[in-house]
Amino acid sequence: MEQDSIVLRAQGLNVWYGEFQALRDIDLEIPRNRVTAFIGPSGCGKSTLLRCFNRMNELLPNSSVQGRILMEGQDIYASNVDPTEIRARIGMVFQKPNPFPKSIFDNVAFGLKVNGFQGNVQEVVERSLRRAALWDEVKDRLNSSALRLSGGQQQRLCIARALAVEPEVILMDEPASALDPIATLAIEDLMRELAPEVTIVIVTHNMQQAARVSYQTAFLMMGEDRAGYLVEHGATPEIFTNPKDERTEAYITGRFS
Amino acid sequence: MVRPNLDTSLDRLTDELLGLGSMVEKALAKSLDALKRRDLEASSQVVQEDDEIDRQCVQLEEHSIELIARHQPVARDLRRLITTLHIAVELERMGDYAEGIAKISLMMGNEPPLKPLIDIPRMGEKASEMLRRSLDALVNRDTVAAMGVLSADDEVDGLYDQVYRELLTYMIQDPNSIQRATYLLWVAHDLERVADRATNIAERVIYLVTGRMPEVGSSSRILVD
Repeated sequence: MEQDSIVLRAQGLNVWYGEFQALRDIDLEIPRNRVTAFIGPSGCGKSTLLRCFNRMNELLPNSSVQGRILMEGQDIYASNVDPTEIRARIGMVFQKPNPFPKSIFDNVAFGLKVNGFQGNVQEVVERSLRRAALWDEVKDRLNSSALRLSGGQQQRLCIARALAVEPEVILMDEPASALDPIATLAIEDLMRELAPEVTIVIVTHNMQQAARVSYQTAFLMMGEDRAGYLVEHGATPEIFTNPKDERTEAYITGRFS
Repeated sequence: MVRPNLDTSLDRLTDELLGLGSMVEKALAKSLDALKRRDLEASSQVVQEDDEIDRQCVQLEEHSIELIARHQPVARDLRRLITTLHIAVELERMGDYAEGIAKISLMMGNEPPLKPLIDIPRMGEKASEMLRRSLDALVNRDTVAAMGVLSADDEVDGLYDQVYRELLTYMIQDPNSIQRATYLLWVAHDLERVADRATNIAERVIYLVTGRMPEVGSSSRILVD
């Protein structure tokens, strides 16, 4: 994958929650405008790793980070970097759709208002909803409550909300695990459509999902001391046909003990 | 989490494949034996029995499809399944070559053979041996044995050239022999194809074990169509 342009780069990343080490020595590159999937057993630190990429872990008490995450060469953990700015460039979508108890329109426009956006809000809302493949379903009821949408629609609304502020990267933490199979496939289609313009990093428990949508797959495991570490990462077809590490093989074939 | 179902199903598929392999081996031996002994009854049996080989191959394919649908295998399991499918197709075609030899024998009918058969049975033995060794390599996941099959193909090719030259001499010397010589040339050609397909199986074994296809041309030959 040498030819890929790299948008995010974790170097020697270690994360602690108080005394407990959650991640150990992670070195990983995220290729630009591709989908990267993190897979691994529960508790292996994949969600922690995901949250490191937009400094969300800092919001948790007692968390500390060692090492660097470079975005276009700049360490996002440097003291002169404003985490709010990072989170605008690197958006996030969570496992459970979490629309605000507001109208569909206001949900998408929310980030724009927070950022003091001066342009045409109407236009951006429409474009974001179109990009999230939701426009046709909601264009006639933009002022009705977002909470009345189905789960799958709510999740696409959250993606539209993330897209509205034109992020370079969107982090998705099990974005489809609360959805039915049809809504799941809609989200996966959406990832494929967005990927040429936005880098997507997903955490998923569903290995078939990782195999279906991602370009690169990273497999994490938990060590003896429960600290998560990276076992193997590489092109997704390679990981799912001929993984290099026996532990990856055991995990993806369901022979994990 | 252990998945005995997938393992058991894959083992069963391998058993089916080996069953198919042994049917093909028998068909080959029988077709050559019948050709040599001019036993037309046995030759027509080989033609009929090929239907059963085809049926087994279709069944194996159906079982593979069901297994994919149920388990969505990945990694080693996926390679094992794909390898099995490919080898089944190779075996089915080898069965067709045995059938082809039987049909040639039937076409020769009661004509006296052009010459005593020496090199052709030898080609048959070598090709059958390559088939057997390639399936053993599969069972034992033995890449060294598989490489051995690849190099054995050169011997069969050598014998084929020899048969070809000899038959050509007959044809040049006596144009009346052309038809009978051509029959034997077809038989030799079928056996050469059997050997090539045995090397295909050996290459699949190498893929199964290493996850890498042997380089095209690496064994002085390429994957046959």
